[in-house]
Amino acid sequence: MPAYLARRLLFSVFVLWGAVSVIFLVLRLVPGDPAMVLLGPDATASQVDELRARMGLDEPLIVQYGIYLRDVVRLDFGESFRMSVDAMDLVLSRLPNTAQLAVAALGLSILIGFPLGVVAALKANTLTDRVISVLSLVGQSTPAFWVGIVFILVFARTLDVLPSGGTGGWQHLVLPAVTLALPFLAILVRLTRSGLLEVIHEGYVQTARAKGLRERVVIFPHAARNALIPVVTVVGLQFGQLLGGTVIVETVFAWPGVGRLLVDAISHRDYGVVQAAVLFIAGVFVLVNLVVDILYGYLDPRVRLAG
Amino acid sequence: MTDTPLLSVRDLAVRFRTGAGQVRAVDGVSFDVRRGETLAVLGESGSGKSVTAQAIMGILPRPAGEVVAGSIVYDGRDLLAEDPNRVRKLRGDEIAMVFQDPLSSLNPVFRVGWQIGEMFRRHRGASRRDARAAAVELMERVGIPAARRRVDDFPHQFSGGMRQRIMIAMALALKPRLLIADEPTTALDVTVQAQIMRLLADLRREEGMALVLITHDLGVVADVADRALLMYAGRAVETGDIREVYDHAAHPYTRGLMASIPDLDAPRERLTPVRGAPPNLLDLPSGCSFHPRCPHATDRCSVDDPVLRPIDGRPEEHRSACHYAEEVLAGEREPV
Repeated sequence: MPAYLARRLLFSVFVLWGAVSVIFLVLRLVPGDPAMVLLGPDATASQVDELRARMGLDEPLIVQYGIYLRDVVRLDFGESFRMSVDAMDLVLSRLPNTAQLAVAALGLSILIGFPLGVVAALKANTLTDRVISVLSLVGQSTPAFWVGIVFILVFARTLDVLPSGGTGGWQHLVLPAVTLALPFLAILVRLTRSGLLEVIHEGYVQTARAKGLRERVVIFPHAARNALIPVVTVVGLQFGQLLGGTVIVETVFAWPGVGRLLVDAISHRDYGVVQAAVLFIAGVFVLVNLVVDILYGYLDPRVRLAG
Repeated sequence: MTDTPLLSVRDLAVRFRTGAGQVRAVDGVSFDVRRGETLAVLGESGSGKSVTAQAIMGILPRPAGEVVAGSIVYDGRDLLAEDPNRVRKLRGDEIAMVFQDPLSSLNPVFRVGWQIGEMFRRHRGASRRDARAAAVELMERVGIPAARRRVDDFPHQFSGGMRQRIMIAMALALKPRLLIADEPTTALDVTVQAQIMRLLADLRREEGMALVLITHDLGVVADVADRALLMYAGRAVETGDIREVYDHAAHPYTRGLMASIPDLDAPRERLTPVRGAPPNLLDLPSGCSFHPRCPHATDRCSVDDPVLRPIDGRPEEHRSACHYAEEVLAGEREPV
């Protein structure tokens, strides 16, 4: 296990390096210059050049990249051009809001998606199953920005029962959390359904029935524990989608989280903040997948011993 | 009380819905299992042996399989008519089952001791600790070395024979009065088969429980069973005391199966298989289902469906579903 962890951590470093390198390059390839954005349209060419020099943007790309990597290794993630504060501090200050949103969405998905998937599987090929399956297909294929706007129209404008954006009490959390949860929840329903249907005719499920266990016990834990193995893997991978979803949802609902910070930073060409935010999100993604892999070993003892 | 059979199956019919149509996997089978006896249920794959067992256990795969007629009376209670929850409590407690493939029958993600202990926890409300101790005891009883150390291992850490011993330990946990073993040795190495068979026979004798032993291997059960039930295409074709059936087989199918057993004393002979293939249950032959494969068949056999009946000159208990049972027995009807 320690050797396995060390291998995984080393691999994670490569993943993060790849993420920051790609974002570093892409940021500098897209049109738009931070100095020009910062100074506005009235600035003279010499003013822009002077600011570029101060920001270190006059160096060759490879030198800028080298300096950036050196700084990152020293845990210095650069600063915001716009606000002159440490970029990572800015990201972390927005983290609680995003975490709140992600945890609420994740909780909603698991609390609703898993039971719905179980019901669909136990009632396979009945009307109940069809309704659940069609709804989850719709949920999975509807884009978050559209769902978000429709929610605002229906619940904030027409019915006026929930706020359309911003933060405050739990009411502010409902619409963005549901919007963010929807695709994730839908995938969870479908995965749980197929996972359970796959194991329901296995020999050990028959054994559990022959042992005279209650049907509830036959499903939990006998069948479900096996059905969960593939579900957990895909949930880990899908968590990246959820993180990506926060960018859209936070923008639609004016939710002051990391995602919205990232979008603002991109439009202002605030390189430092974009890089810090992407590195942070990539780091969370890598960490979640590491946790999932460890959990996988816990769920499937055959993997645990091989690892 | 002791005269009434422990298990009495009457006119059992099980229907399966398949993609290709409906199948009568079991069609009007009746038999008794007496207290403490061993009944061997014999037949080729697809003859309905396992489905019969699943029907008794109430674990037919749903919604595909369904009992459509008959009764299964255990100790005076009709399992098909009684409250499902009460029948469920009988399972594992009074009636237990051992399956063919011990790897797929054990849950891969739970420790074996936990799986055995579950019998005590769920049925008897035992504590985790007591259940685990009882599991160790059972594992020792079925001959698993270092049971105390291995109780927390997972199924994949055991060999095939050891896994089947664990299945047997689990089935015997609550001292059932009826054990159904469905091809318990088929998935195992030949050398292990005899050990498992002996273990089952020994435990049956010590516990005084009844055993229904389902197999396609006539050689395996000759020494351990009291009575035999031969099934073909979902029906009982011959039944009786096992020595009587083996020595005086009165159905051509039984004779065919006996002839296909390798004889070690005559090593150079070729094996004699039952000719033809098992019938397609979706499209059973008319009359006697066996007639297309039967060396004795006449025109009558393709029209007239024979019933299980006593045979002239043999004990009342010995029955055969062949129009020409007496002639087959006397060897009068030479294969055509």
